[in-house]
Amino acid sequence: MTRVKEKGITVKQAVKDALEFYGEKSEELVPILLKVNKELGFLPNEALKTISVKLRVPQSQLYSVATFYKMLFTKEMGRHVVKFCESAPCHVAGGRQVWSALKDELKLQPGATSPDGKWTLITVSCLGICALGPVMMVDEDVYGNLTAESLPSIFARYK
Amino acid sequence: MKAYRSMVLVSSDPLSIKLGAQDVYQRLQEEIKSHQLENEISLSMVADIGHSDSSPLVIVYPEAVIYGPVKPADVKFLVEEHLKKGQIATSLLAPVKELSGHISWLNARAGSLPAEQRIVLEHAGIIDPTSIEDTIVHDGYSALRKVLTDMKPEDVVAVLEKSGLRGRGGAGFPTGTKWKFVAKTQSNKKYVVCNADESEPGTFKDRLILEGDPHSVLEAMIIAGYAVGADEGYLYIRGEYNLAQERIHQAIAQAEQKGILGKNIFGSKHSFQIQVHTGAGAYICGEETALIESIEGKRGEPRSRPPYPTTHGLYGKPTLVNNVETLANIAPIIRNSADWYRKFGTPSSPGTKVFTIIGNVNETGVIEVPMGITLREVLTIYGKGMKDGATFKMAQTGGSSGSLIPAVLQDTPMDFDSYAKAGVSMGSGALLICDQETCVVDLAKVLLNFFRNESCSKCSPCRIGTQRAYQILDNISEGLGSLKDLDDLQMFSNYLYEMSNCGLGQTAGSPLKDILNYFRSEVEAHIKLKVCPTGVCRMSGHTSIN
Repeated sequence: MTRVKEKGITVKQAVKDALEFYGEKSEELVPILLKVNKELGFLPNEALKTISVKLRVPQSQLYSVATFYKMLFTKEMGRHVVKFCESAPCHVAGGRQVWSALKDELKLQPGATSPDGKWTLITVSCLGICALGPVMMVDEDVYGNLTAESLPSIFARYK
Repeated sequence: MKAYRSMVLVSSDPLSIKLGAQDVYQRLQEEIKSHQLENEISLSMVADIGHSDSSPLVIVYPEAVIYGPVKPADVKFLVEEHLKKGQIATSLLAPVKELSGHISWLNARAGSLPAEQRIVLEHAGIIDPTSIEDTIVHDGYSALRKVLTDMKPEDVVAVLEKSGLRGRGGAGFPTGTKWKFVAKTQSNKKYVVCNADESEPGTFKDRLILEGDPHSVLEAMIIAGYAVGADEGYLYIRGEYNLAQERIHQAIAQAEQKGILGKNIFGSKHSFQIQVHTGAGAYICGEETALIESIEGKRGEPRSRPPYPTTHGLYGKPTLVNNVETLANIAPIIRNSADWYRKFGTPSSPGTKVFTIIGNVNETGVIEVPMGITLREVLTIYGKGMKDGATFKMAQTGGSSGSLIPAVLQDTPMDFDSYAKAGVSMGSGALLICDQETCVVDLAKVLLNFFRNESCSKCSPCRIGTQRAYQILDNISEGLGSLKDLDDLQMFSNYLYEMSNCGLGQTAGSPLKDILNYFRSEVEAHIKLKVCPTGVCRMSGHTSIN
């Protein structure tokens, strides 16, 4: 759990914070999971167990919700998550070429994390900034009007 | 298509033809040529540009000036004045008030070019969205005050019904009717939900409304609460829209502080509170019952209907669910009257529509124009023509659930009914413009890839149908298709439409239907000749066999 240690926050603390912020109510499940996911980078089993007990929601149901939404991760991700939009507007505006350059640049297939734990590459459906396509997000930063040539300098900014 | 300085359109409906439109067109062609302007000015005949006593009409863009009735003898003067000198040939102007249909908006054009008609985006970019004071100076919450002091709930519903406003989320259901359904349902608790889970690829109009004028959405929700008898509202914003969430949270806090949200608003008996709920990345949550499930803390899987949310919605209570753009129309309608609103757009689809223009055009972005504008107009005037002198091949409307509109339909008015009549759909207002280098098989593959990823997997027609259709398209793009695949794609399209539980599955097959209807020869070339005419598809399965 490299990332958890790095952020200096324990799983227990992250869950406690989220439950305090939203209250121990089952209808607040999605916001609670989002907040924990944001703090820890993903939803460890330990977190899901605690939330399940506190909200009195079966763990199976919790897991079904956690795996349904694209912004929630149940597996540990790399230090930096690259989200590339693979929808039609970005695809038509040159996304096809950028996508193949992106996979080469990171030497990753979609869904995979690099061996050193630095990068995780995933595809997303739409980021809502379609006029700037092709678009990707690295962690919380958005990059638009991408070209194959612009990729190395963008990735160089992340350590 | 290249970028032209001006665009000249000549009406060619039967009446115009009878009154000599063909001659006018020919004279225009000659005059433009004699002034050597043919590279600067595009000239086209267009089918139906609204009924008029002034036929034949000549419209000159980007100024959006309408001349009529134009006789062949007037053409020389018109070309010299307007196209050569750049002055409006006043003596030939059409009496605008006699015009009806979608071109009456030209009457209300603003000082800036190209002309737009802004109703829902009227204040976006003008006001400070972080200041409630600035919003109030610009008419903010004045419609709410009017409603709470002068109008009964049923009056509000009546105004909406009269305005003819239709839902802007894609389906086009009459908003007034929806409000009436919820208002009529007896219950001790009702909810108003604003659907801001805008996830259609290519659509970002709701984000711009929320970021540019957040109070307009809150105002409409409070009015809706008053009209249908609800005291609680939910605003469901998609998880990726960070700035919009921030603005809305801030706007709610400001409104609460001013007593505009909370108990006894403006001293009336109406109380209302709004909670924000964020999505977590699921396209399907834009479907109203899936959205309701998500607010309740569950997987966002659409419910079976009936019962509809108007009677059994959030927590089993009657619930009004409206799209952001729909709600942003409410306050202007109340402020200005239903008759005012009907002046814009077409009789069956009044008002304006916010479109996002993207793809292979010179200028991408967002515009608000009256319903009934044509694709040709949007492309030429607002998109500033195709990029790099390319040719317009098709447009994909309304994100992924829209249609592929081939170039032959570019003169069809963009309103709910005209598009339905042409067998296509306007969707939620994205216009993805594609040039001749776009392969229809590749595009359909990308669209189906989207649907198979975003299908919630609850019902098997959608879960399996989207996956199978994607595989078939993938095979075709690799040069491994057979002619039977075409029948299978048609069959999947039909099954998806007939048997899926919700709108996602029902529309998932429309790209299949559209490529078979309009671009069948191109798909067949992939299969019979093992060639991708645009050179986009890899066709590697075929080459590796050789």
